[in-house]
Amino acid sequence: MESKLKPASEERDAPIAELRDASKHYGAVVAAEGLNLAIRRGEFLSFLGPSGCGKTTALRMLAGFESPTSGDILLDGQRVNDVPPHQRPVNMVFQHYALFPHLTVAQNIAYGLRQRRPRPPEDEISRAVERALETVRLPGFGPRRIWEMSGGQQQRVALARAIVNQPKLLLLDEPMAALDKKLRRDMQIELQTLQRQLGITFILVTHDQEEALSMSDRICIMRSGRIVQVGSPRELYDRPASRYVADFVGKSNFFPGTVTAVSAGRTELAAAGGHVIAGLAPVGIAAGQRASASLRPEQIALTRKPAGHALPVTVVNRIFLGEHTEYLVRNGDLGEFLVLVSRQAEASEGGFEPGDQAFASWSEGAALILEDD
Amino acid sequence: MQRQALRTWLFLAPAGAWFLCMLVLPLIVVFVYSFGERGAAGGYAPAFTFDNFLNLGSRWAAFKNTLILAPLGTLICLLIAYPLAYFLALKTSPRWRTVLLILVIVPFWTSILIRSYAWIYLLGGQGIPALLNALGLGNPRLINTPFAVLVGIVYGYLPLMVFPIYVALERLDKRLLEASSDLGSPPWRSFLQVTLPLSMPGVATGCMLVFILLMGEFLIPAMLGGGKVFFIGNALVDLFLQSRNWPFGSAVAVALVLVMLITVLAYMRFTRRWAGGRDDVSLM
Repeated sequence: MESKLKPASEERDAPIAELRDASKHYGAVVAAEGLNLAIRRGEFLSFLGPSGCGKTTALRMLAGFESPTSGDILLDGQRVNDVPPHQRPVNMVFQHYALFPHLTVAQNIAYGLRQRRPRPPEDEISRAVERALETVRLPGFGPRRIWEMSGGQQQRVALARAIVNQPKLLLLDEPMAALDKKLRRDMQIELQTLQRQLGITFILVTHDQEEALSMSDRICIMRSGRIVQVGSPRELYDRPASRYVADFVGKSNFFPGTVTAVSAGRTELAAAGGHVIAGLAPVGIAAGQRASASLRPEQIALTRKPAGHALPVTVVNRIFLGEHTEYLVRNGDLGEFLVLVSRQAEASEGGFEPGDQAFASWSEGAALILEDD
Repeated sequence: MQRQALRTWLFLAPAGAWFLCMLVLPLIVVFVYSFGERGAAGGYAPAFTFDNFLNLGSRWAAFKNTLILAPLGTLICLLIAYPLAYFLALKTSPRWRTVLLILVIVPFWTSILIRSYAWIYLLGGQGIPALLNALGLGNPRLINTPFAVLVGIVYGYLPLMVFPIYVALERLDKRLLEASSDLGSPPWRSFLQVTLPLSMPGVATGCMLVFILLMGEFLIPAMLGGGKVFFIGNALVDLFLQSRNWPFGSAVAVALVLVMLITVLAYMRFTRRWAGGRDDVSLM
């Protein structure tokens, strides 16, 4: 809103927040190391990784609860390393909500507005609170006590308490962890809608890849305190830069081997038993190097008769997933791997039973050749 | 259902019998006695008169001392205990916390009688006054003054105030303070808006414990007040054991019980308000 009169170009394109070579060490323990990330205005960004990967540390540095041991944190171009949380235009939805038990729902939501100096008039505060309650679809719940609310409702209150302040960044620390699966799904959709509607930059921390994939504009994948790859969900899924990312984002089969030939757009890898698997190497890789070929289960087809480059396999197990069926198959050389067969494909081939002999194939050059890590 | 009820009664019986014999019956006796007359040789003679209650004014000094020094002692205990409990609960590493908590309890390992004797010497002519005199700061009289009684009271009852407040602060969810900070509140305002209100049940419990016990206190005034600073407890000892005027003593006791009852009721209202009608918040 402040940029209405200014030339849109520079202001809008400048990142809303930045981590510049930010590291956080606790004595000998490295929580985050050399984080570099520019957060775009209005995007929905997720930090994704297993517990202890540094994603929460990154979030807490943005909130101001931790200051980096080295490097800088920038908010709207300003270095904020030493700015305490209460002076940052950033709000957080805490993992277990951290709602004030001695205050009503309305008082919880009004808390941030009441800290402003000069303090806004009461009628303005109550209007803003009522609007926030409507935004999170809890109209009229203001006078309730916190413990009278269900887990899902408490989460909405926590959300309202943060968005009512119109922060530059809304930080969400595993906000769905305490909700059951169905509720989580609903809340994910709602959060996404809300983010579009408000235009506030959302930063989510999660270890749930499905959640990150379904909600985010961009995902920042972390591992042992470092950023591994940043990209849109599709980029990460289609072009993972490493085996770790391919494994973390979606399911994948990995066939380890040695790189035999490298040319533009095509890399060949000799896997166990001399099987040559060709594909793309997103990150530069040299002939002779150890690597893995990654193939998504849905890239592999399962047929009764050999078709071209087909591997003979034995069906080991099958899991019915509704629209798809997931087969675990075994090849004498390459071992076990997963194949995802659509209902349509299954209709033409007929279903496979454990113990059946079949042939697995994929389109030539479809694999990704990834460095082991 | 029958067996369940029987079992419940069985479990409650010992405590119930104790409660009945040691509290309810004596209270009834005291209540009945308070309307009686002093026997010719002391003790109790049956009668029905309000004279004992009308005569309460003659013991006004004891009531006045108690009603001033008990609240004042409670307040001073609170003012010392809160920062201490806050420091222990929020600012101390777990290892030091244990050590310091033990230090708070250690005085309880010695009888209050012996510890009060120590204060007689400390506050007496050869103690602190002599020290102040040597430093050229005058030679104040400390022992046998309300001040001495107050010192003894605060010293003796401080741990009872520290612990409930400590427990309340220790149980405080520290993430609430982060949330408060995140929402724009500087630390001192977070203290006033989050820490203090959420520790009020502990404050109320500590105040009630100390205040109720102080209302009935008689040892510390007797020793450090030297018979000059009289509490209701001392008046009761005097009336029952020295002048053997049991009915008047009973009237004083009934008045004391009433004051305590009012205090407890006020406390219960207060904690219920802070807990916002919630019944899963214990009083400690």
